[in-house]
Amino acid sequence: MGAEAIRTERLSKDYLVGSRGYGSDNLRERLSRMATAPVDLVRGRRQPRPRPDILHALSEVSMSVQQGEVVGIIGNNGAGKSTFLKVLSRITEPSSGWGRITGRVGSLLEVGTGFHPELTGRENIYLNGAILGMRRTEIRRQFDEIVAFADIERFLETPVKRYSSGMYVRLAFSVAAHLQTEVLIVDEVLAVGDAAFQRKSLGRMEAVAREGRTVLFVSHNMAVIQALCQRGIFLQGGKVRADAPINDAIKEYLRSLEQASETDLLQRTDRSGWHRIMMSAVEVSGSGGGAVATGSPARFTVALTGLQPSTTCSLTVLNSLGQPVFRLESGNASATDRVMVADRPEEPATFVCELPALPLLPGRYRIDVQVRGTHQIEDQIDSAILFDVEAGVLEGRPVAGATVGDVAVEHRWTVPTLDAHQVGS
Amino acid sequence: MTRLQDGRGAHRSWGSPGHLLVSRTGFIRPRRVPQNSTVPGVTHPLAAEPPGVPADVVDGAATVTDLKPTRGWVSLGLRDVWAYRELLGFLATRDIKVRYKQTVLGAGWAILQPVATAVVFTVVFGRLANLPSDGVPYPVFALAGLVPWTFFATAVGNTAVSLIGNTNLVSKVYFPRLCIPIATVLASFVDLLVSGVVLLVVMAIYGVHGGWSMLAVIPLTVLAFGAALGVGLWLSAVTARYRDVRHVMPFLLQFWLFATPVAYASSLLPERWHLLYALNPMVGVVEGFRWSLLDSDVALGPLALSSTLSVLVLLVSGAYYFRRMERSLADVL
Repeated sequence: MGAEAIRTERLSKDYLVGSRGYGSDNLRERLSRMATAPVDLVRGRRQPRPRPDILHALSEVSMSVQQGEVVGIIGNNGAGKSTFLKVLSRITEPSSGWGRITGRVGSLLEVGTGFHPELTGRENIYLNGAILGMRRTEIRRQFDEIVAFADIERFLETPVKRYSSGMYVRLAFSVAAHLQTEVLIVDEVLAVGDAAFQRKSLGRMEAVAREGRTVLFVSHNMAVIQALCQRGIFLQGGKVRADAPINDAIKEYLRSLEQASETDLLQRTDRSGWHRIMMSAVEVSGSGGGAVATGSPARFTVALTGLQPSTTCSLTVLNSLGQPVFRLESGNASATDRVMVADRPEEPATFVCELPALPLLPGRYRIDVQVRGTHQIEDQIDSAILFDVEAGVLEGRPVAGATVGDVAVEHRWTVPTLDAHQVGS
Repeated sequence: MTRLQDGRGAHRSWGSPGHLLVSRTGFIRPRRVPQNSTVPGVTHPLAAEPPGVPADVVDGAATVTDLKPTRGWVSLGLRDVWAYRELLGFLATRDIKVRYKQTVLGAGWAILQPVATAVVFTVVFGRLANLPSDGVPYPVFALAGLVPWTFFATAVGNTAVSLIGNTNLVSKVYFPRLCIPIATVLASFVDLLVSGVVLLVVMAIYGVHGGWSMLAVIPLTVLAFGAALGVGLWLSAVTARYRDVRHVMPFLLQFWLFATPVAYASSLLPERWHLLYALNPMVGVVEGFRWSLLDSDVALGPLALSSTLSVLVLLVSGAYYFRRMERSLADVL
């Protein structure tokens, strides 16, 4: 070890918001501006150009990664993680600052980039491999391995449009996983396929990390990051907030989530969607408005403004490591659901979700909330709220902290035992 | 410092020759960092082999990628494109395969289009309007013009939208962006070969041929390729930025068809206008095809000269404009 694989110095990337990056999108507007500019100039009423709104997606990121290091990059949505990876992969140029990478770079920002539905599995392996930067000979040498890893031998000559979605992502990941470069840049690509395949892909990534290659890895799943990386870089608002051993970086990140959930929901800027509907508050409460405990009734409320005719709300509960535990979806209706009629869209409306017995083990959890209109996401806030679950009683059975997993399940045992006097005789 | 190529980029070797190593991975190991590197921040890679790294990963040479903002006109990076020639081939084959999958006629379309148009032209312009055809039977005359024209029109039409159509690639992977328009023109080129065979058959039926001058069709094909690529580069770059340009494409190609001597002979125009007229590069190509294959009576000299110059200008300017626009591509698409 010792040699530097990646180095960046005050690397920044700005986007012009609204005008989509570069001047006007429309040739007609541009031409008409060019035509009227001299006239306006003569008449002395040349309007000053509107100041463009600049988004600093990445600001002054300086860091250095040694050869063979596996570094996890963490942060909220919109923290600049993807922009950072895009600049490092040369997909887009930095606005200022510089970076240098020593060694061949392979980047996986998406699984199955360039897959064409009409082409067969075999054809797509070669095409996708070439797009990722592999040579034909290299692909040919690893062809059998790729096919075996994806487990699609029988469908090699079938167009991938006839593949199940599972087969499709398995094949796509498999090609990518066989990319042999010194530096590997990976965006959240492990979250594909079924559980068994995810384990397999994680194993593959661990093998890559052990081979001594340099890996930059982005994931929202802290457990995966913790398993793979030694060091973590925590980005927030395009800046490096922490660059430390992985556990410290994750701690810093979780602390920031806590802070974020303390700020007023309407003030939060780390949200996405159309925002015609806006969430104003998300709350979690236990029975009688008290603390939340395992096995007790729990109530999730989402208050919002700008209600539309068919608004749905979904709550994803994640554990402290960012692994999803369960999702509650109001669009998935049941006969027991109730409807509350709001007179006017301007009036605040509330989604209420009640759980008769909270199936969560004691610990800290957070909720990602998404509000959808008829077709698109209207408002989405990750880690809208954090909450602690206290030890409680589920169906008369006490549930304490140090158990396996995140969920507490209602259950009943039938236990075989010996009669007391039979033991004596 | 110029914008450097990535791993498979420049095959610039430093110091002694023979640094172009082919590793077990089959990658051509490109640029070595010089032993006495004066570039700050570059540690010599030989000093840094981590234990346990497979030999094919570190075989002594290292690639350096520099990431910095660029301004104004930049070099074409043709070496980079050459290093990615395999991708070029894959992209072109993809386009060809996809075009003919699940179609009834398959490559028959490449034949049907120019042949059907030739029939229409023969009826309308040959019979009804009775246009002169430089001493060649009109059907062959029209087909010899339509074969290169159809290639040009398809190639330009496809190339213009090629960047938009490959947005998913451009925004997710790095490779020299020039590969996309070049591969698209290459894919259309296959159609030219197919319809060229049909032209030869029709020529045999009519008993028309041009003798040794028929060999000139090879440089003329190169010229047609250059014309399509030059125009395609400009249009693809402009379309990526201004979406409304794509709506102009059908009109543009239709006007262009009539500005090109496909249905008529350029001898209809006064000779003194020929140099200017042939600034439309397809004039030289179409008349050249007829002159070489059909032995038509045309004064090709000025037309060919003017068209060749025009193609060169279009190619060079198109490539530089494309490169200039390329840096903002991933942000604009």
